[in-house]
Amino acid sequence: MSTDTHAAHADDHHHDGGHSHGTFSSYMLGFVLSVVLTAIPFWLVMSGALPNKQITALVIMAFAVVQIVVHMIYFLHMNTTSENGWSMMALIFTIVMVVIALSGSLWVMSHLNSNMMPMHQMSGMN
Amino acid sequence: MSPDLLKLIFGRLGFESLPLHEPIVVGTFVVVALGGAALLGGLTYFRLWGYLWREWFTTVDHKRIGIMYMILGIVMLLRGFADALMMRGQQMLAFGGSEGYLNAHHYDQVFTAHGVIMIFFVAMPLVTGLMNYVVPLQIGARDVSFPFLNNFSFWMTVGGAVLVMASLFIGEFARTGWLAYPPLSNIGYSPDVGVDYYIWALQVAGVGTTLSGINLICTIVKLRCPGMTMMKMPVFTWTSLCTNVLIVASFPVLTVVLALLSLDRYVGTNFFTNDFGGSPMMYVNLIWIWGHPEVYILVLPAFGIFSEVTSTFSGKRLFGYTSMVYATVVITILSYLVWLHHFFTMGSGASVNSFFGITTMIISIPTGAKMFNWLFTMYRGRIRYELPMMWTIAFMLTFVIGGMTGVLLAVPPADFVLHNSLFLIAHFHNVIIGGVVFGAFAGISYWFPKAFGFKLDPFWGKLSFWFWVTGFYLAFMPLYVLGLMGVTRRLRVFDDPSLQIWFVIAAIGAGLVLLGIMCMLVQFAVSFLRREQLKDVTGDPWDARTLEWATSSPPPDYNFAFTPVVHDNDAWWDMKRRGYQRPLTGFRPIHMPSSTGTGIILAGLATAMGFGLIWYIWWLAAVSFIAMLAVGIGHTFNYHRDFDIPADDVIRTEDARTKLLAGAK
Repeated sequence: MSTDTHAAHADDHHHDGGHSHGTFSSYMLGFVLSVVLTAIPFWLVMSGALPNKQITALVIMAFAVVQIVVHMIYFLHMNTTSENGWSMMALIFTIVMVVIALSGSLWVMSHLNSNMMPMHQMSGMN
Repeated sequence: MSPDLLKLIFGRLGFESLPLHEPIVVGTFVVVALGGAALLGGLTYFRLWGYLWREWFTTVDHKRIGIMYMILGIVMLLRGFADALMMRGQQMLAFGGSEGYLNAHHYDQVFTAHGVIMIFFVAMPLVTGLMNYVVPLQIGARDVSFPFLNNFSFWMTVGGAVLVMASLFIGEFARTGWLAYPPLSNIGYSPDVGVDYYIWALQVAGVGTTLSGINLICTIVKLRCPGMTMMKMPVFTWTSLCTNVLIVASFPVLTVVLALLSLDRYVGTNFFTNDFGGSPMMYVNLIWIWGHPEVYILVLPAFGIFSEVTSTFSGKRLFGYTSMVYATVVITILSYLVWLHHFFTMGSGASVNSFFGITTMIISIPTGAKMFNWLFTMYRGRIRYELPMMWTIAFMLTFVIGGMTGVLLAVPPADFVLHNSLFLIAHFHNVIIGGVVFGAFAGISYWFPKAFGFKLDPFWGKLSFWFWVTGFYLAFMPLYVLGLMGVTRRLRVFDDPSLQIWFVIAAIGAGLVLLGIMCMLVQFAVSFLRREQLKDVTGDPWDARTLEWATSSPPPDYNFAFTPVVHDNDAWWDMKRRGYQRPLTGFRPIHMPSSTGTGIILAGLATAMGFGLIWYIWWLAAVSFIAMLAVGIGHTFNYHRDFDIPADDVIRTEDARTKLLAGAK
């Protein structure tokens, strides 16, 4: 019994939860992708290729999101199995929290703004 | 000296900053100074400084850090409770034209300091201390994941506490209420140092809290002993995990809100001002996005403690372990969806208010499920009414009342009547004292024998228990009544003499709680004196169920000579049932982290920087900031981070325990 409850191996503690440290080519691929993803928004703004500023802003935001994903995959080595799935779980939780806080605040503040800031409406009327 | 030079050296600090015109503060200062001098003199006389520095201040042992957190929490409880007594006294006296004995300037600081201290420097250290002490033992680990970070986190919390305490004698504290809502907390309305003390105390302590949250998450995720899957973790470890997830997800919000407020105050931005597009309502919104999870950060570990205590003292496996875990996780998520119920009356309108009202009511479902789980654990159990179990029963009764008034407040139309009234004050004291404080006391009396090797004296403990419980009800039930009659919070004087009786009853209740606290201090002293009679040689004085009871009391530095292997939820119970024999041979050297003074030095510098920023002593802030960087970088060159406890030492410790156990039989 005692041997079984005491498999005496403190060193085996560090589970191998699938650490991937990346290869030269994966780093290069990540680097090239992030350079491209940075260059395109710069080019969009500097050349004014898109007629509408709002569309340009939205496109840049989209590139930024892709950029985040590229960083997570190629530099932070995240995938669905890394750290026994804890990375993915933490990521999903973080996204849920950020979405709740941002969308909730926007919703709450827009209602507060329309209900409680009559001065704005008055100055808008002028 | 020229005024310019003085200003350069001392910022806005001068002799007029000392509150010499406030006799109460001066009296307090004299008492504190005498007591402090006696303490320091005693430490010097008994030559304890070296011992304290080597064995405690620089330690990276999670057990000692946990104990230091508990001491910090109890010391700050005395300060926070002194504020409470002053408020109760003031409100009891200030009737019929009497102004009471506190002027408005002082009274406003007292209620602000009371709230800040009780949440950040009493409840948080008590909860963090228990998690720090118990979690690594419960999961069969030797220490937390980042032992040095743990030491640093503790000293940052102390740094925050030091700043709050300094504000009592140097300058003043905020007069804004415990969340420092702008525009009142903006520089225009609070030009003094009070709000700056508030900001920097919380920022310094907040670093510690966030880092300790990361540390404990990492510990629970990575350092569980073999066999302990997530669904075999003790419930206290589960609630600790969820609490630390909440800490890591919510404290950054507080840090950012306070940073924006400091930008408003220091460099003239307009995030939360009335003018130039600033919105004070945004501050209220953001701070409650932190503030509501904070409530669950405090109470979830308490739920964990009650779960452990209930199953131990009922002699039964916890009823509904899986539902308990899911309830905890659901509460973790839901606690992010309810923040607006703290400001229903700010005017978001019916649709927003009903959404947040409903989410708030939904939270009571998992909480109620927990309550039934505890009841069913007790059902047909052989219940032993030891102190931890008594606190648990008191919690169950008290918390249900507090929870129900909470659901009542979650109804927006009712909240419009009760908002900002003493009903609200009664409600949150009902859940925080009934939940968090009773939980911390249950945890202290439950794990005290583990930490020190002897039980707490039951007589003084029971006396303290009854004073606390009756005192609590006498102090806060009148506040429900007053709140329903429309009395608002934070009032200093009253006109209507018919209200006075309720405040007198509440003051009597506070007096009983004072007796409860004093009995608790006597209990510690008596238990220490009677430690031979109260000794626990087995390491398992309560016939308990989880792994921390598998090792000796107090545990050796390395916790477990061999890492345990777990087959069941109640790992230690399972081991006992299967006739587990302690291994007596085959010990090997144990790899451990070394002590370091870097944590306390860094935290001291951070506190000095905070002090410099509060008083506009820019050179001090700059010097201590640069010194912090230097010490931090210097620490990376410290290569003496670990050592091995030699096998001989392990054998000696374990043999001593074998003798002790043989003597007990």
